[in-house]
Amino acid sequence: MKRIDVISMIARKAEEKNSLIVCNIGLPSRELHHVKDRTGNFYMLGSMGLASSIGLGLSLSVPKRHIIAIDGDGSVLMNMGSLATIAHQRPENYLLVVIDNGTYGSTGDQPTATSLGTDLGAVARGAGVQEVHTADNENEIEHILKKIDRGVIVVRVDAGNASVPVIGLSPEEIIERFMAECARPSE
Amino acid sequence: MDPSISVFNGMRMTGIDLVVSVPCINLKDILPMIDSDPSMIHVPVTREEEGVGICAGAYMGGKIPAMLMQNSGLGNSINALASLNKLFHIPLLLIMSHRGVEGETICAQVPMGQLTTSLLDALDIPYVVPTIDNVEETILHAWAIASEKGRPVAVLLEIGFWEAE
Repeated sequence: MKRIDVISMIARKAEEKNSLIVCNIGLPSRELHHVKDRTGNFYMLGSMGLASSIGLGLSLSVPKRHIIAIDGDGSVLMNMGSLATIAHQRPENYLLVVIDNGTYGSTGDQPTATSLGTDLGAVARGAGVQEVHTADNENEIEHILKKIDRGVIVVRVDAGNASVPVIGLSPEEIIERFMAECARPSE
Repeated sequence: MDPSISVFNGMRMTGIDLVVSVPCINLKDILPMIDSDPSMIHVPVTREEEGVGICAGAYMGGKIPAMLMQNSGLGNSINALASLNKLFHIPLLLIMSHRGVEGETICAQVPMGQLTTSLLDALDIPYVVPTIDNVEETILHAWAIASEKGRPVAVLLEIGFWEAE
Protein backbone atom coordinates (compact mmCIF):
# COMPACT_ATOMS: atom_id res chain seq x y z
CA MET A 1 0.00 0.00 0.00
CA LYS A 2 1.31 3.40 -0.98
CA ARG A 3 0.30 6.95 -0.10
CA ILE A 4 -1.88 7.39 -3.17
CA ASP A 5 -3.98 4.37 -2.14
CA VAL A 6 -4.78 6.00 1.21
CA ILE A 7 -5.41 9.35 -0.50
CA SER A 8 -7.95 7.61 -2.78
CA MET A 9 -9.77 6.21 0.27
CA ILE A 10 -9.78 9.65 1.95
CA ALA A 11 -11.11 11.25 -1.25
CA ARG A 12 -14.00 8.75 -1.28
CA LYS A 13 -14.78 9.48 2.37
CA ALA A 14 -14.70 13.22 1.67
CA GLU A 15 -17.17 12.76 -1.17
CA GLU A 16 -19.56 10.82 1.07
CA LYS A 17 -19.36 13.27 3.97
CA ASN A 18 -19.04 16.43 1.87
CA SER A 19 -15.80 17.10 3.79
CA LEU A 20 -13.38 19.92 3.17
CA ILE A 21 -9.80 18.65 2.69
CA VAL A 22 -6.57 20.47 3.55
CA CYS A 23 -3.71 18.67 1.84
CA ASN A 24 0.01 18.67 2.56
CA ILE A 25 2.45 20.21 0.06
CA GLY A 26 4.22 18.49 -2.77
CA LEU A 27 3.37 15.04 -4.07
CA PRO A 28 0.47 14.45 -1.63
CA SER A 29 -1.42 17.45 -3.09
CA ARG A 30 -0.57 16.37 -6.63
CA GLU A 31 -1.79 12.84 -5.91
CA LEU A 32 -5.05 14.13 -4.39
CA HIS A 33 -5.56 16.48 -7.32
CA HIS A 34 -5.01 13.56 -9.71
CA VAL A 35 -7.28 11.15 -7.80
CA LYS A 36 -10.17 13.57 -7.26
CA ASP A 37 -9.94 17.30 -7.81
CA ARG A 38 -12.77 19.21 -6.15
CA THR A 39 -13.40 22.78 -5.03
CA GLY A 40 -13.40 21.57 -1.42
CA ASN A 41 -9.71 20.58 -1.66
CA PHE A 42 -7.14 23.09 -0.42
CA TYR A 43 -3.73 22.33 -1.94
CA MET A 44 -1.25 23.94 0.42
CA LEU A 45 1.67 24.46 -2.07
CA GLY A 46 4.10 25.96 0.54
CA SER A 47 4.37 26.32 4.32
CA MET A 48 5.57 22.77 5.05
CA GLY A 49 4.29 21.49 8.37
CA LEU A 50 1.15 23.59 8.55
CA ALA A 51 -1.53 21.33 7.02
CA SER A 52 -2.68 20.16 10.47
CA SER A 53 -2.76 23.77 11.72
CA ILE A 54 -4.72 25.10 8.73
CA GLY A 55 -7.15 22.20 9.17
CA LEU A 56 -7.54 23.02 12.86
CA GLY A 57 -8.25 26.71 12.20
CA LEU A 58 -10.75 25.76 9.54
CA SER A 59 -12.54 23.21 11.72
CA LEU A 60 -12.95 25.76 14.54
CA SER A 61 -14.33 28.30 12.06
CA VAL A 62 -16.70 26.10 10.06
CA PRO A 63 -18.12 23.85 12.79
CA LYS A 64 -20.95 22.55 10.60
CA ARG A 65 -18.63 21.04 8.00
CA HIS A 66 -16.44 17.98 8.34
CA ILE A 67 -12.74 18.72 7.83
CA ILE A 68 -9.97 16.27 6.91
CA ALA A 69 -6.30 17.26 6.91
CA ILE A 70 -3.94 14.98 5.00
CA ASP A 71 -0.46 15.24 6.48
CA GLY A 72 2.82 13.34 6.26
CA ASP A 73 5.44 12.11 8.70
CA GLY A 74 8.09 14.67 7.70
CA SER A 75 5.59 17.50 8.03
CA VAL A 76 4.21 16.40 11.40
CA LEU A 77 7.77 16.07 12.70
CA MET A 78 8.30 19.71 11.67
CA ASN A 79 5.23 20.96 13.60
CA MET A 80 4.71 18.45 16.42
CA GLY A 81 3.35 21.15 18.72
CA SER A 82 0.25 21.18 16.52
CA LEU A 83 -0.74 17.81 18.01
CA ALA A 84 -0.82 19.37 21.50
CA THR A 85 -2.96 22.26 20.25
CA ILE A 86 -5.35 19.88 18.47
CA ALA A 87 -5.52 17.80 21.68
CA HIS A 88 -6.68 20.69 23.84
CA GLN A 89 -9.03 22.23 21.23
CA ARG A 90 -10.64 18.83 20.47
CA PRO A 91 -12.86 19.92 17.55
CA GLU A 92 -15.49 17.26 16.88
CA ASN A 93 -15.55 17.89 13.14
CA TYR A 94 -11.82 17.40 12.54
CA LEU A 95 -9.93 14.33 11.35
CA LEU A 96 -6.16 14.46 10.85
CA VAL A 97 -4.76 11.61 8.75
CA VAL A 98 -0.98 11.27 8.90
CA ILE A 99 0.26 9.12 6.02
CA ASP A 100 3.62 7.87 7.28
CA ASN A 101 5.89 6.55 4.54
CA GLY A 102 9.07 7.05 6.56
CA THR A 103 10.64 9.38 4.03
CA TYR A 104 10.73 12.93 2.74
CA GLY A 105 8.97 11.75 -0.41
CA SER A 106 8.96 15.02 -2.35
CA THR A 107 12.69 15.67 -1.97
CA GLY A 108 14.26 12.35 -2.91
CA ASP A 109 13.11 9.88 -0.26
CA GLN A 110 15.56 10.78 2.53
CA PRO A 111 14.58 8.83 5.70
CA THR A 112 12.57 10.66 8.38
CA ALA A 113 12.73 9.95 12.11
CA THR A 114 9.80 7.53 11.78
CA SER A 115 12.19 5.24 9.87
CA LEU A 116 14.50 5.39 12.88
CA GLY A 117 12.00 4.52 15.60
CA THR A 118 9.80 7.58 16.20
CA ASP A 119 6.17 6.48 16.63
CA LEU A 120 3.80 9.30 15.63
CA GLY A 121 0.74 7.49 17.03
CA ALA A 122 2.46 7.43 20.43
CA VAL A 123 3.48 11.08 19.98
CA ALA A 124 -0.16 12.03 19.29
CA ARG A 125 -1.33 10.10 22.37
CA GLY A 126 1.44 11.68 24.44
CA ALA A 127 0.37 15.11 23.20
CA GLY A 128 -3.04 14.39 24.71
CA VAL A 129 -5.09 13.45 21.66
CA GLN A 130 -7.76 11.12 23.01
CA GLU A 131 -8.77 9.39 19.79
CA VAL A 132 -5.72 8.03 18.01
CA HIS A 133 -5.95 5.14 15.54
CA THR A 134 -3.13 3.39 13.76
CA ALA A 135 -3.10 1.15 10.70
CA ASP A 136 -0.51 -0.53 8.52
CA ASN A 137 -2.54 -2.38 5.91
CA GLU A 138 -5.31 -1.69 3.46
CA ASN A 139 -8.10 -3.50 5.32
CA GLU A 140 -7.32 -1.76 8.60
CA ILE A 141 -7.24 1.75 7.18
CA GLU A 142 -10.36 1.15 5.11
CA HIS A 143 -12.19 -0.03 8.23
CA ILE A 144 -10.94 2.89 10.37
CA LEU A 145 -11.82 5.48 7.73
CA LYS A 146 -15.35 4.04 7.49
CA LYS A 147 -16.17 4.49 11.15
CA ILE A 148 -13.88 7.28 12.43
CA ASP A 149 -14.61 10.97 11.77
CA ARG A 150 -12.48 12.75 14.38
CA GLY A 151 -9.11 12.55 16.10
CA VAL A 152 -5.86 11.41 14.54
CA ILE A 153 -5.14 8.43 12.28
CA VAL A 154 -1.55 7.40 11.62
CA VAL A 155 -1.27 5.00 8.69
CA ARG A 156 2.00 3.38 7.71
CA VAL A 157 2.57 2.96 3.98
CA ASP A 158 5.45 2.02 1.68
CA ALA A 159 7.58 4.86 0.35
CA GLY A 160 7.06 5.95 -3.23
CA ASN A 161 5.33 8.65 -5.23
CA ALA A 162 2.78 8.10 -7.96
CA SER A 163 3.67 9.51 -11.35
CA VAL A 164 1.13 12.33 -11.52
CA PRO A 165 1.15 15.74 -13.21
CA VAL A 166 1.66 19.06 -11.42
CA ILE A 167 -1.47 20.95 -10.36
CA GLY A 168 -2.55 23.30 -13.12
CA LEU A 169 -4.23 25.79 -10.80
CA SER A 170 -2.83 29.11 -9.58
CA PRO A 171 -2.75 29.84 -5.83
CA GLU A 172 -5.51 32.41 -6.46
CA GLU A 173 -7.73 29.83 -8.16
CA ILE A 174 -7.15 27.28 -5.38
CA ILE A 175 -8.08 29.64 -2.54
CA GLU A 176 -10.95 31.41 -4.30
CA ARG A 177 -12.87 28.27 -5.13
CA PHE A 178 -12.03 26.75 -1.74
CA MET A 179 -13.33 29.78 0.18
CA ALA A 180 -16.50 29.81 -1.92
CA GLU A 181 -16.98 26.16 -0.99
CA CYS A 182 -16.38 26.95 2.72
CA ALA A 183 -19.01 29.71 2.58
CA ARG A 184 -21.62 27.46 0.95
CA PRO A 185 -24.31 26.43 3.46
CA SER A 186 -23.83 22.81 4.54
CA GLU A 187 -26.34 20.26 3.30
CA MET B 1 -7.27 54.29 29.93
CA ASP B 2 -5.61 50.96 30.59
CA PRO B 3 -3.39 49.83 27.65
CA SER B 4 -4.60 46.22 27.77
CA ILE B 5 -8.27 47.23 27.80
CA SER B 6 -7.63 49.60 24.89
CA VAL B 7 -6.01 46.86 22.78
CA PHE B 8 -8.84 44.47 23.62
CA ASN B 9 -11.45 47.11 22.74
CA GLY B 10 -9.71 47.67 19.41
CA MET B 11 -9.84 43.94 18.71
CA ARG B 12 -13.55 43.82 19.56
CA MET B 13 -14.30 46.90 17.49
CA THR B 14 -12.54 45.26 14.52
CA GLY B 15 -14.68 42.15 14.87
CA ILE B 16 -11.78 39.80 15.54
CA ASP B 17 -13.38 36.48 16.38
CA LEU B 18 -10.47 34.03 16.42
CA VAL B 19 -7.27 34.77 18.33
CA VAL B 20 -4.18 32.60 18.50
CA SER B 21 -1.64 33.50 21.12
CA VAL B 22 1.85 32.91 22.39
CA PRO B 23 2.21 34.84 25.63
CA CYS B 24 4.39 37.83 26.47
CA ILE B 25 4.43 39.45 29.91
CA ASN B 26 2.99 42.59 28.28
CA LEU B 27 0.02 40.61 26.93
CA LYS B 28 -0.81 38.89 30.20
CA ASP B 29 -3.89 41.01 31.00
CA ILE B 30 -5.35 40.74 27.48
CA LEU B 31 -5.34 36.93 27.33
CA PRO B 32 -7.95 36.43 30.09
CA MET B 33 -10.17 39.09 28.47
CA ILE B 34 -10.18 37.02 25.27
CA ASP B 35 -10.90 33.85 27.24
CA SER B 36 -13.95 35.41 28.85
CA ASP B 37 -15.38 36.91 25.64
CA PRO B 38 -17.88 34.49 24.06
CA SER B 39 -17.52 36.18 20.66
CA MET B 40 -13.85 35.18 20.41
CA ILE B 41 -12.34 31.72 19.96
CA HIS B 42 -8.98 31.62 21.74
CA VAL B 43 -6.36 29.13 20.56
CA PRO B 44 -3.13 29.21 22.58
CA VAL B 45 -0.41 27.72 20.36
CA THR B 46 3.01 26.20 20.95
CA ARG B 47 4.86 28.29 18.37
CA GLU B 48 3.96 31.27 16.23
CA GLU B 49 4.34 29.49 12.88
CA GLU B 50 1.60 27.09 13.96
CA GLY B 51 -0.55 30.13 14.74
CA VAL B 52 -0.07 31.51 11.23
CA GLY B 53 -1.47 28.24 9.86
CA ILE B 54 -4.44 28.24 12.23
CA CYS B 55 -5.25 31.86 11.35
CA ALA B 56 -5.06 31.07 7.62
CA GLY B 57 -7.55 28.22 8.07
CA ALA B 58 -9.77 30.47 10.16
CA TYR B 59 -9.72 33.20 7.51
CA MET B 60 -10.69 30.71 4.80
CA GLY B 61 -13.52 29.62 7.08
CA GLY B 62 -14.86 33.18 7.34
CA LYS B 63 -13.26 34.42 10.57
CA ILE B 64 -11.32 37.63 11.25
CA PRO B 65 -8.16 36.21 12.81
CA ALA B 66 -5.41 37.84 14.85
CA MET B 67 -2.23 36.55 16.43
CA LEU B 68 -1.17 37.97 19.79
CA MET B 69 2.56 37.46 20.04
CA GLN B 70 5.94 38.80 21.02
CA ASN B 71 8.19 40.09 18.24
CA SER B 72 10.60 37.21 18.95
CA GLY B 73 7.96 35.00 17.33
CA LEU B 74 8.20 36.85 14.04
CA GLY B 75 11.36 34.89 13.31
CA ASN B 76 9.48 31.66 13.97
CA SER B 77 6.83 32.58 11.39
CA ILE B 78 8.68 33.88 8.37
CA ASN B 79 8.38 30.92 6.00
CA ALA B 80 4.65 30.65 6.65
CA LEU B 81 4.07 34.40 6.28
CA ALA B 82 5.73 34.19 2.85
CA SER B 83 4.78 30.79 1.42
CA LEU B 84 1.24 30.74 2.85
CA ASN B 85 -0.03 34.30 3.41
CA LYS B 86 1.88 36.06 0.66
CA LEU B 87 1.40 33.25 -1.87
CA PHE B 88 -2.38 32.95 -1.36
CA HIS B 89 -3.02 36.63 -0.41
CA ILE B 90 -4.31 35.71 3.05
CA PRO B 91 -4.75 38.65 5.46
CA LEU B 92 -3.67 38.41 9.09
CA LEU B 93 -3.37 40.82 11.98
CA LEU B 94 -0.14 40.41 13.95
CA ILE B 95 -0.64 42.17 17.28
CA MET B 96 2.87 42.18 18.57
CA SER B 97 4.50 43.14 21.84
CA HIS B 98 7.67 44.78 20.55
CA ARG B 99 10.43 44.03 23.02
CA GLY B 100 14.10 44.94 22.79
CA VAL B 101 13.40 48.60 22.14
CA GLU B 102 13.71 51.63 24.42
CA GLY B 103 13.12 50.62 28.03
CA GLU B 104 14.12 46.95 27.60
CA THR B 105 15.83 45.36 30.61
CA ILE B 106 16.58 41.92 29.14
CA CYS B 107 19.63 41.97 26.86
CA ALA B 108 18.53 38.85 24.93
CA GLN B 109 15.49 40.75 23.64
CA VAL B 110 17.60 43.44 21.97
CA PRO B 111 18.83 41.66 18.78
CA MET B 112 15.35 40.63 17.56
CA GLY B 113 13.90 43.88 18.86
CA GLN B 114 16.25 45.85 16.65
CA LEU B 115 15.66 43.58 13.65
CA THR B 116 11.87 43.51 13.85
CA THR B 117 11.00 46.44 11.58
CA SER B 118 13.70 45.45 9.04
CA LEU B 119 12.28 41.93 8.91
CA LEU B 120 8.76 43.29 8.42
CA ASP B 121 10.04 45.57 5.64
CA ALA B 122 11.84 42.65 3.98
CA LEU B 123 8.63 40.62 4.13
CA ASP B 124 6.66 43.54 2.67
CA ILE B 125 4.44 43.53 5.77
CA PRO B 126 3.16 47.02 6.65
CA TYR B 127 3.27 47.95 10.34
CA VAL B 128 1.72 50.57 12.54
CA VAL B 129 2.95 51.83 15.92
CA PRO B 130 -0.02 53.07 17.93
CA THR B 131 -0.12 55.12 21.10
CA ILE B 132 -2.60 54.55 23.89
CA ASP B 133 -4.74 57.38 22.47
CA ASN B 134 -5.21 55.86 19.01
CA VAL B 135 -4.73 52.12 19.45
CA GLU B 136 -8.40 51.21 18.96
CA GLU B 137 -8.74 52.95 15.58
CA THR B 138 -5.25 51.79 14.61
CA ILE B 139 -6.16 48.13 15.03
CA LEU B 140 -9.35 48.69 13.02
CA HIS B 141 -7.37 50.47 10.31
CA ALA B 142 -4.67 47.75 10.28
CA TRP B 143 -7.28 45.07 9.56
CA ALA B 144 -8.82 47.25 6.84
CA ILE B 145 -5.43 47.37 5.10
CA ALA B 146 -4.82 43.65 5.66
CA SER B 147 -8.17 42.57 4.22
CA GLU B 148 -8.10 45.04 1.35
CA LYS B 149 -4.60 44.08 0.28
CA GLY B 150 -4.78 40.40 1.23
CA ARG B 151 -1.66 40.38 3.37
CA PRO B 152 -0.50 40.41 6.99
CA VAL B 153 -0.25 43.74 8.82
CA ALA B 154 1.60 44.17 12.13
CA VAL B 155 0.57 46.33 15.07
CA LEU B 156 3.72 46.99 17.11
CA LEU B 157 3.12 47.69 20.79
CA GLU B 158 6.39 49.06 22.09
CA ILE B 159 7.55 49.01 25.71
CA GLY B 160 6.52 52.65 26.18
CA PHE B 161 2.98 51.82 25.03
CA TRP B 162 2.36 49.69 28.11
CA GLU B 163 3.64 52.39 30.48
CA ALA B 164 1.04 54.95 29.40
CA GLU B 165 -1.79 55.80 31.78
